[in-house]
Amino acid sequence: MGSYPKKARIILEFREAPKHMPSINQNTDPIVLPNFRNLGVMLRVLLMANGMVLAAALIKAASLETMGRQIVEISTLFQPILLICLLALAAVSPALQKISYPSGILMVLALVAMTTLFVCRYGESLLNEADGMARPLILALGAAGAIVGYFNMRSRLLSPALTIARLQALQARIRPHFLFNSINAVLSLIRSEPRRAEIALEDLAELFRVLMQDNRQLGPLPREITLCRQYLDLEQLRLGERLRVEWHVENMPADALVPPLVLQPVIENAVYHGIEPAIEPGTLSIGVYRKGNELHAVVKNPVRKQGRHHSGNKMAIANIRERLALHFDAEASLTNTVTESTYHVHIVMPYVTTAAS
Amino acid sequence: MKIVDQQLRIVIVDDEAPARSRLRDLLGDCGQKMPLTVVGEAADGRTALELLNSQPADVVLLDIRMPEMDGIEFAEHLRKLPDPPTVIFTTAYDAYAIKAFELHAVDYLVKPIRLGRLFDALNRVRQFTPLRLDVLQQMKPEPRSHLSVQERGRVHLIPLKDIIYLKAELKYVTIRTEQREYLIEESLTRLEEEFTERFLRIHRNCLVGRPFVTGFERVTNGNGEGHWVVTLTGVVEKLAVSRRQQHVVREFGGHS
Repeated sequence: MGSYPKKARIILEFREAPKHMPSINQNTDPIVLPNFRNLGVMLRVLLMANGMVLAAALIKAASLETMGRQIVEISTLFQPILLICLLALAAVSPALQKISYPSGILMVLALVAMTTLFVCRYGESLLNEADGMARPLILALGAAGAIVGYFNMRSRLLSPALTIARLQALQARIRPHFLFNSINAVLSLIRSEPRRAEIALEDLAELFRVLMQDNRQLGPLPREITLCRQYLDLEQLRLGERLRVEWHVENMPADALVPPLVLQPVIENAVYHGIEPAIEPGTLSIGVYRKGNELHAVVKNPVRKQGRHHSGNKMAIANIRERLALHFDAEASLTNTVTESTYHVHIVMPYVTTAAS
Repeated sequence: MKIVDQQLRIVIVDDEAPARSRLRDLLGDCGQKMPLTVVGEAADGRTALELLNSQPADVVLLDIRMPEMDGIEFAEHLRKLPDPPTVIFTTAYDAYAIKAFELHAVDYLVKPIRLGRLFDALNRVRQFTPLRLDVLQQMKPEPRSHLSVQERGRVHLIPLKDIIYLKAELKYVTIRTEQREYLIEESLTRLEEEFTERFLRIHRNCLVGRPFVTGFERVTNGNGEGHWVVTLTGVVEKLAVSRRQQHVVREFGGHS
């Protein structure tokens, strides 16, 4: 152990880390309730519930002209219930994740029923119907049931074999060009610098280990950064002086969790399109930082016009977008912008930590 | 003297330093069984051609994917050397090129290169048929980055971005750059097809580089008949726009 190069030891340490990693992913095999703190989930609930209000108003109204009044009438009672439910669900969401799915559903329905009774009781002035609480209660439970049913269907659609297969197919993608050139570079070192060849092979092995492992769960951000550094070390071996890298990760939160391989493909793209097609050296800039509840990652590379390097870029970006959506729904985003001289990729993810759940 | 003559003179062209050093090692191993010598190496096509202009070689081990000018285009220019070396392509992974190699029985080596494969290829090198231009052109559908001319046994590369205009005269085409003129034996029509993006046709016999166009002027001759001429950066002469191509003046409009 003592004779290991420093870098190799770091790798070993990170390999121990994920054991106590919690499951944050909502798309693992058993169906679970959605995370009600997720913006995308809230938005979906709001949209569906208000869609139902519109439908109800359309059915109840005598004519299209009176529909507006109907919406207002229904809303006075319905919107407070909806908003209180959303707030309450967001508050108890972590607790709901811990109990089984059926009891979770019961808890949600009970919460909706209680809220409805509460609003009907203390908001009597809002009620203009004589038949008391029974009707609002049935309607609210019906709406809640429909929404919970929708999320059940959605997670069934997203979670099983289909998504897993798709994710793994996307992740197994590594440029053969990179693989064979790297092996060639390692071979060139074996005679003259066996030590460097050893480290390079270890880096390559580590990269493939991560590419081939089950990457459905979030992983520690520092591990992703180490992986990117190992990848860039390999590229450095091949490209030498042509590749310059600026890291801005001093302020990155070390406790953050990110989808594995969220950054490495972006950097691979940056090297492939921004460094390889030119003779003169180019600089990659990689920044990771936290801003409130958001985790930002920015990768910049020079724009090169010539060359036959164009395919593949869109696929890698689309792949990361898709994985971000699977993990974080509407709360994560990836934007890429091209200026005269620079290509930017900016990823925003919610700041999730081991402690948070 | 005789032994020196028989030695296979080899040049290595690859943009990655480790790939070059690996080839040097392998050639060292081959050298124990056959007479050969590495006469030079280069990291890009331009440098490699400079080298080959002054240092004749029998074999060029040529990487396909290189910055600025790829190996296929380099092989095209290489054909203009008085005694062109045999090309053995090397590639880590290039599905498109490999398919074309197989189709046209062009010799190539995949990286990582095995000693045995390299040794075999070098042994057969004398029997290789020269690369055909049409095959190379098929393998590289993109426009070239340079044009090349042969002058007194040397091949000059002219970067496309330096070409102010191309003018057809009899069976030659004149290439005009800021520094000087060159003559090449290519058809203007084919050049226009290859570089549509880059050049503007202003006359049956003339293409001008779009970035060099500064404006158009109306010139009237003695009989009161007028025609348009184009003004260009880098050269003082003004080139006539033919009646048939007058529409380019309007399309380029706004420039003065």
